[in-house]
Amino acid sequence: MQSSSDLLRGTQASIREVDAPEAAERRKAGATLLDVREQVEWDAGHIPGAVFIPRGVLEEQIEASIPDRDTPIVVYCRSGARSAYATKTLEQMGYRDVVNMAGGILAWDQHGLPIEAPANLTPAQQQRYSRHLLIPEVGSTGQVKLLESKVLLIGAGGLGAPAALYLAAAGVGTIGIVDFDVVEASNLQRQVIHSTERLGEKKVDSARTTIQALNPDVKVVTYDEALGPDNVERLIAGYDVILDGTDTFETRYLLNDAAVAAGIPVAHASVFRFEGQLTTFVPYEGPCYRCLYPTPPPPELAPGCSVAGVLGVVPGIMGMLQANEVLKVLLGIGDPLVGRLLLFDALDGSFSELRLARDPKCPICSDEARARRERGERVTAAVVGADQPFALGAFGAGGAAAGSAGGVR
Amino acid sequence: MSTVRLPAVLRAQADGQKAIDVAGGTIREVVAGVVERHPALASQLLGPDGDLHRFVNVYLNGQDVRYLAGLETPVGPTDEIRLLPAIAGG
Repeated sequence: MQSSSDLLRGTQASIREVDAPEAAERRKAGATLLDVREQVEWDAGHIPGAVFIPRGVLEEQIEASIPDRDTPIVVYCRSGARSAYATKTLEQMGYRDVVNMAGGILAWDQHGLPIEAPANLTPAQQQRYSRHLLIPEVGSTGQVKLLESKVLLIGAGGLGAPAALYLAAAGVGTIGIVDFDVVEASNLQRQVIHSTERLGEKKVDSARTTIQALNPDVKVVTYDEALGPDNVERLIAGYDVILDGTDTFETRYLLNDAAVAAGIPVAHASVFRFEGQLTTFVPYEGPCYRCLYPTPPPPELAPGCSVAGVLGVVPGIMGMLQANEVLKVLLGIGDPLVGRLLLFDALDGSFSELRLARDPKCPICSDEARARRERGERVTAAVVGADQPFALGAFGAGGAAAGSAGGVR
Repeated sequence: MSTVRLPAVLRAQADGQKAIDVAGGTIREVVAGVVERHPALASQLLGPDGDLHRFVNVYLNGQDVRYLAGLETPVGPTDEIRLLPAIAGG
């Protein structure tokens, strides 16, 4: 029979161990640091960039987090004991380059090496967001990032309503909503953030009521106004990502131009009956809306939902995909749909993807437009090209011919 | 014959068809073939000068033909062409 200290000594003798400075060297050289402690310990402070898998679920989760068995790994815990057993386990699972950090994070700290202590989540938040916290790509660091993020929804309609619900549930800390409409009976077939008892209420107020009931962590900022050339720059200022859920070309072009100038990514979707289009515009990284569609169709060739109708789930699905894009951009994970247009066909049940490119001659986002902007010039479609539709004016507020827009009926 | 896919917004003028097979060696010829088959599509696709409207994008196998050779982009018999106008509904 072995005592616990015999077992530990035996395990330590059978694995490779490094001290904290050597672990730091390996980290610099690209090794993955693996923290096998418990959630509360991780939350109190961990090595920046480390992967977090509590020892109790190590065997279950390691292959999903670190699939390549040749990945150099440094395992650590508080003092080096739990991580010794974890190192042994990983060796048994075929990981070929695993070492244990002797002395654990206590030794790391004594050497003055960096420790990251994310702004703490309250116990209530740890429960609420526990399914996010379990995902290594989100975790408490990502959740705190979401709670500190600001997302602006243009329109609380077919696209904005479902997106708002999920972004609020996800714990996006500030959600701004621009909409001047009131809740009508014809909205309720798809705009699930509103309700029958709120018919006639301002959409921004109705949306706020639902969001606050769902998640009191979220601060809702309402703008009961139509987005237009005279207010777009003020409305979007300070937001991290914008979700375009409007239903007019005017608003889409105005928003595009202002968002590129402000350097704010836009998750974009539009719907028609059984079909939807989705992409993410990240200024200068991919095309902008004017690169994709240099001019809008005349109104008779592009009827909106109030004329053509739409299957209620289609904006639901597209709005959800927009929310997914927003979360990816905020968390800096995955591949947002930059330079890709996703088409959804509800009748076929199919998705198709088209490749998009930046237009080198785009009046808004070309390299030349960017350089002029960086020199402090005001670059708008009105300045660069006389025939650009729905252009912001040369001098800001009220300078354009376009009327105000932004309703979602 | 290459396959031309039509989105819902164009389908009413094409007898409700989602896809039609059209012969043609270039995008210009294929679009002309589509309009010949369904003349009601002409005003939705073509301007007074006979060129495609700037609000209609054409994708050849998922690639915007504006960044290939535009209307003169060669089309092979197994290629898939998508006509895609902007939609604004939300």
